[in-house]
Amino acid sequence: MSTEVAVAGVGMHPWGKWGRPFQTYGVHAARAALADAGLDWSDVQLVVGGETVRNGYAGYVAGATFAQALGWNGARVATAYAACATGAQALDTARARILAGLCDVALVVGADTTPKGFLAPNAGERYDDPDWLRFRLMGMTNPAYFALYARRRMDLYGATPTDFARVKVKNARHGLANPNARYRKEVALDEVLASPVVTDPLHLLDICATSDGGAAVVLTSNEFARRRGLSVLRLRAVATVAPTFPNTVIEMPNFATDSTAAVAVADLTFRDSIAHAAYEEAGLGPEDVSLAEVYDLSTALELDWYENIGLCKVGEAEQMVRDGDTTIGGRVPVNPSGGLACFGEAVPAQALAQVCEVAWQLRGQAEGRQVEGARVGITANQGLFGHGSSVIVSV
Amino acid sequence: MATATTSPAIEGWFTTGERPALVGTRCAACRTVFFPREAAFCRNPGCTGETFDEVELSRQGRVWSYTDARYQPPPPYIPRVEPYEPFALAAVELEAEGLVVLGQVADGYGVDDLTVGAQVELVVEPLYTDDEGVSRTIWRWRPLAPAAAAAEGTASDTAAGEGNR
Repeated sequence: MSTEVAVAGVGMHPWGKWGRPFQTYGVHAARAALADAGLDWSDVQLVVGGETVRNGYAGYVAGATFAQALGWNGARVATAYAACATGAQALDTARARILAGLCDVALVVGADTTPKGFLAPNAGERYDDPDWLRFRLMGMTNPAYFALYARRRMDLYGATPTDFARVKVKNARHGLANPNARYRKEVALDEVLASPVVTDPLHLLDICATSDGGAAVVLTSNEFARRRGLSVLRLRAVATVAPTFPNTVIEMPNFATDSTAAVAVADLTFRDSIAHAAYEEAGLGPEDVSLAEVYDLSTALELDWYENIGLCKVGEAEQMVRDGDTTIGGRVPVNPSGGLACFGEAVPAQALAQVCEVAWQLRGQAEGRQVEGARVGITANQGLFGHGSSVIVSV
Repeated sequence: MATATTSPAIEGWFTTGERPALVGTRCAACRTVFFPREAAFCRNPGCTGETFDEVELSRQGRVWSYTDARYQPPPPYIPRVEPYEPFALAAVELEAEGLVVLGQVADGYGVDDLTVGAQVELVVEPLYTDDEGVSRTIWRWRPLAPAAAAAEGTASDTAAGEGNR
């Protein structure tokens, strides 16, 4: 049985720090995606919202919130949450219902309004919540976990802060012409290196900000797309991968890894397994990829992803960025949108924003940042508490 | 009753005294070790164990990676001094338990004192002072000088030996 459905339309609300209710961004993005698909709100039979945990009850029931804001039209609603992988989880839910024959047209929406500064846990005395405890007992912020991975690259593979800065310089250049990006400004290597160190070895400009934004994707059954004569892309894989015990890489918000005392380590690390599953599902491999949108929560983490999605071997990512392989015009451009470096993270929208960019690239509509002849795009992302996601879209 | 002037920032996660250690649990059926403690259901997918022994983890390990916090973390982190003073953090591999455990790095040490693979030892130090004036303590990782690491290594660590079987 085919697991393919059609990507009929994509849309976004520009990222920024607009300070408006998250619904505003979500509805804007949803209407843009519907217009892009050439479909009407009345065609939509299912709305899947990406939950936001920072906007009260309306955020917990995001699917219903968006449906109500668009005007109840009889569509079913669902809400998904998987931290940074929320968008992919929402997409997976929509795809499943389409494939099950329960609906033909699904609208997937994620949007967020974020506070300033470090993302902090929920308030209160929460001694049974590891996300709360890691701050109380260790002062362990999200960027500190990224810094652990960065430092390991330095001590094991000879990465330097300049290599990390190269990723920022590349992504800043990629995002210059992206109308949805929040930061559209060239950044020089020296500027990155001169920005204050937040969590050694990462500088302020190595770490992504948090942003407001919204993104939406319209999925349809292939049958519906044919019947209506829609111009669509193929959704080849939505891999929402969870870890396999023992997970041996320390991850947010945990205090420790799983123990390998009784069960041997798996062949693939959790992060490696994410894209691996997507390639299997799509029947494609890294050699087929024209471009990738990966989760550059930090510059150094983007280098990890090159290896995790099979663009190069372990320890070779620094060479790729030094050689310009992942720059637009290079062998396999990574984050042509500008990535999180230019967007900042709007958690429930971000994995969908990655899919939007891939769609524009595959249709040749990524003005000012186009990857020529793009045919296959992959996204990769990891949400805390064991949520991996990787989406593959092709022409 | 005299009021305690020092108490752990969290109950039951580590011992104090001269040779402090993290306290985890070990599944009686498959011997998988858990930190923080797991006392209900074994998380090894091939094991249905529901009985656990409390175990002290190895007091020494090797640095998996390390960093520091140059800016004051948001609440519920409680700064110990004003103005804020940065501290280092390390993820440490405990070989016998097959675990990597995070923790702050001991007072007086920073990222320049660490490398991936370097040997560290667990200590207990003040984390913050609570509203009642009690000094709340936490486990930390202290770098061992290469010579000291070698000497300590010869004095077999009972906790590590225990977890090794």
